[in-house]
Amino acid sequence: MAFKIIASQCTQCGACEFECPSGAIKFKGESYVVEPQKCTECEGAFETQQCASVCPVPKTCIPA
Amino acid sequence: MSAPVISVESLTGRLSDQLLASADSGGCASSSCGSSTRPDDVDPAIWDKIKDHPCFSEEAHHYFARMHVAVAPACNVQCNYCNRKYDCANESRPGVVSEKLTPDQAVRKVIAVANEVPQLSVLGIAGPGDACYDWEKTKATFERVARQIPDVKLCVSTNGLALPDHVDELADMNVDHVTITINMVDPEVGAKIYPWIFHDHRRYVGIQAARILHERQMLGLEMLSARGILTKINSVMIPGVNDQHLIEVNKLVKQRGAFLHNVMPLISDPAHGTHYGLTGQRGPNAMEMKALQDRLEGGAKLMRHCRQCRADAVGLLGEDRGQEFTLDQIPSELTYDASKRETYRELVADERRDHLAARSEAIGMVKIASSGKSLLVAVATKGGGRVNEHFGHAKEFQVYEASPTGINFVGHRKVEQYCLGGWGENATLDGVIAALEGIDFVLCAKIGHCPKDQLADAGIRATDAYGHDYIETAIGAIYAAESGVPALTATA
Repeated sequence: MAFKIIASQCTQCGACEFECPSGAIKFKGESYVVEPQKCTECEGAFETQQCASVCPVPKTCIPA
Repeated sequence: MSAPVISVESLTGRLSDQLLASADSGGCASSSCGSSTRPDDVDPAIWDKIKDHPCFSEEAHHYFARMHVAVAPACNVQCNYCNRKYDCANESRPGVVSEKLTPDQAVRKVIAVANEVPQLSVLGIAGPGDACYDWEKTKATFERVARQIPDVKLCVSTNGLALPDHVDELADMNVDHVTITINMVDPEVGAKIYPWIFHDHRRYVGIQAARILHERQMLGLEMLSARGILTKINSVMIPGVNDQHLIEVNKLVKQRGAFLHNVMPLISDPAHGTHYGLTGQRGPNAMEMKALQDRLEGGAKLMRHCRQCRADAVGLLGEDRGQEFTLDQIPSELTYDASKRETYRELVADERRDHLAARSEAIGMVKIASSGKSLLVAVATKGGGRVNEHFGHAKEFQVYEASPTGINFVGHRKVEQYCLGGWGENATLDGVIAALEGIDFVLCAKIGHCPKDQLADAGIRATDAYGHDYIETAIGAIYAAESGVPALTATA
């Protein structure tokens, strides 16, 4: 299980990158990308997925 | 870099033209002999901090420029007036930028600007997100810039939510100017402005979100005041949401030691894609703004000269040279050359002394001539505190009020440039006349018969008789003439 970022809606503010407790989010090429093998959906770390909680655009960090 | 390289000689030549319009300037120079340029109502220690900061001193904004570097795009608060999804180079509002920068790119940009814009005195980080939330980038930028150009003042603008976490570091880095945007002191009101915040690893909504934000803002403000860091409070005036409530905000921030309160009009347009833009929430007009600001007089000191600039603005307030300094125009290797800034500072020191003397004299005259009435005067100026812009070239007019209390800056009116390519457009002139609602006089360096007559038909008297005089000297002369008192001859 992992989250993904809808690149076309992303404003590239980068907040998700430094909120991610697993270091799963990186800027690659033109957009931020979630590495599925690193993403834990914040299980055991936080009650809510950090990327989705901080993202300023609705429905942009969503379950893959 | 495609911008022409300017020699210091030509620069001082141009400055002299611009600033020192004549050797025989207004005001009795001897009366200011040996005195500082500090206005009477400002504490000397504070004056020292603000005298070169255009956003903290209305007087300084005629002479000094600021720049913002857009290194902090991440944000922890959603405001209903903000949407960072779009950028347009023709838009001027906070939160809009053309390109985001890494701290290293920002340092290069600051050096490029410092080498070319002699008026530069302040580097601010105002997002486009939140400077305290995107802290690592803000901090890295300040540390690197301070190493290269130690005399640039550092300044941040924040929503306040993450501010308490970084006050100590701000103090350590000698950031002595902070702006907090405070739109409410009542969570009920806040809930209508902020749909959510992200704090302590989770998203909060509604009243709870607004309450946390309010508490953090107050805590941050108190911590800054305790450390002697000057704090400006920005408030967005949202008609029907917080316009009356801002009186309460003003009171509370004053109690907690805020130095300045800057009430700005909501910028709202469906094209911006903001919540307010899409729901039809309107912004206030110029006269509504002024009415509220007048009600706030006597509370925390007001800033009325804010231009609501972009998070990547460069230049004097009211002009934005940001497009001259995009990354593609900045060489990869740059060394800081202090010569232009130093030359400019020397020139300005004399000019300011003279201007201040002329200003005191004009204000004194207005008080004596006082007929009990007040006049609103719109001035076309390029800076330097003089009436030195052609009517047709003005993109904004600075508005002053002459009244029994003296001559006070009360705001500005943005307009479409009337004269483009040598032609004046009638449709544009109608827009200019509409923007000048409530204005009695227009002062400029030059104006043609046609626009002058049309302004007169609208009840606005325009004159270029005071071209290149100090603004206050010109206004004093007009006020005296209106009151039927023989005016001092303007000689500047």
